[in-house]
Amino acid sequence: MSALLSVSDLSKSFGAVIVADETSFEVAQGAAIGILGPNGAGKTSLFNLITGAMTPNAGRITFDGADITAVPAAKRCKMGIARSFQVPQPFGGMTVFENALVGAVQGAGLSGREAEAHVLDVLEATGLMNKANVRAGSLSLLDRKRLEMARALAAKPKLLLLDEIAGGLTDAECVALIETIKNVHAAGTTIIWIEHVVHALLAVVEKLIVINFGKKIAEGAPKTIMDSPHVKEIYLGVDPHA
Amino acid sequence: MMEWTNAIVQGVLLGGLYALFAAGLSLIFGVMRLVNIAHGDLIVLAAYFGLTTSVMLGVHPFAALMVVVPLMAGLGYVLQRGLLNRTLGDDILPPLLVTFGLSVIIQNALLESYSSDPQKLSGGAIETASLQIGGLALGVLPLLTFGIAVVVIALLQWIFYATSLGRGFRAVSDNQDIAQIMGFNKAHVFGLAMALALAVTAIAGILLGIRTSFDPSVGGGRLIFGFEAVIIGGLGNLWGTLAGGVILGVAQTIGAKIDPGWQLLAGHIVFLIVLAVRPNGLFPRVDH
Repeated sequence: MSALLSVSDLSKSFGAVIVADETSFEVAQGAAIGILGPNGAGKTSLFNLITGAMTPNAGRITFDGADITAVPAAKRCKMGIARSFQVPQPFGGMTVFENALVGAVQGAGLSGREAEAHVLDVLEATGLMNKANVRAGSLSLLDRKRLEMARALAAKPKLLLLDEIAGGLTDAECVALIETIKNVHAAGTTIIWIEHVVHALLAVVEKLIVINFGKKIAEGAPKTIMDSPHVKEIYLGVDPHA
Repeated sequence: MMEWTNAIVQGVLLGGLYALFAAGLSLIFGVMRLVNIAHGDLIVLAAYFGLTTSVMLGVHPFAALMVVVPLMAGLGYVLQRGLLNRTLGDDILPPLLVTFGLSVIIQNALLESYSSDPQKLSGGAIETASLQIGGLALGVLPLLTFGIAVVVIALLQWIFYATSLGRGFRAVSDNQDIAQIMGFNKAHVFGLAMALALAVTAIAGILLGIRTSFDPSVGGGRLIFGFEAVIIGGLGNLWGTLAGGVILGVAQTIGAKIDPGWQLLAGHIVFLIVLAVRPNGLFPRVDH
């Protein structure tokens, strides 16, 4: 299968802080991959580069056969890239329904009743149906996280970027979330998922990438990666020689 | 007693015109946090465009709206994308300075083109027509102005809360970065906001020009009235802006009733009292 997203030699730094260091990887059409790394490793920055919120200092990003390195963020959304934020960032003055409607209209290019019907489906799937007319600014943290997911899904993305969406959920909520993400994946959406809740990640993804200090340090099947002493040392802080 | 009732009613109607001055200002500030110092001069510019159009085509100033509204909207879009977008950022000073410069440029361009002689748009019979209601003589033009203000504000409110364009305005107003990631082109959305604001300005300018005579220097005063209406009503609340315009208008007519010299002063005093007691205005926007 061809790659939906291809990142090659991507570098980005802010002064002495390097958030991406010649990072290269490919994500196949329909794949689900997980990204692991310690806090501050550059995981979220990678998403910022892919969505266009940040411009790289060097390197190339190709999406769906087109070089998008210089394409503005708004256009990338319309091309089919959507993301959720680790710290939820809803449009606080809009209702839950309107937030998701933005995704459906802007990202998925739907309009009128078609857009509304799609939003209702998404709200149903993310458990927000009973909060549809609540102002997003007044939601609880958990519901804001759900809304992050809903807004991204409403955009019907080809590539869905999830940033620590499972953090802070109860076990039962986590199970429901995994179910939702599995369904989205089964429907053909390509997923890149940054997550510290490793068991949730492992339930969905077929490949893991580990980054540290902006550099990709490992890539491979989840089991191989999780068993790698090098990864354990960096990510879990376990001394392999102990 | 009747005289006082009359003063209040006239003030309410005058408030409609002030709300029209203010609506564009409120919209621009609400969407992009831009304080447009040139707003009053743009109102006057629209009045002059109305003058030229109605003289050249030999039509009533209201018919000139067909030309002036799209002209001002187009000017707004180009102005925003070509100039004002470049001034927007974390620092609020550049847009203030640039729009102040724009104000000076517009005034001088108008002086060059039209001279400093006062001009007036000829509205015909409507200027003097009045209706007798319960012993009060209500001018048809002020009534019409107030009606137009209500319709314009209802329309803006509808655009804001029930259309895709309005969601774009609210999204960029809420969080510009997220809005862009969700597919809104900020530069374009801002351009459309300014286009809409100046379309309203066109209506305000023509109504101003029919009501009173104007010259290139009167923009500053219209800016102040607009500002006061916005602040009294509460930033970012369009119906509040109408209420603010009405309060300002009533304060002025009552002030004028007490002593003709007090008209403007009374308005400013009410504005200062509101600013001191309720700095967010009487009807601040509820979200956030």
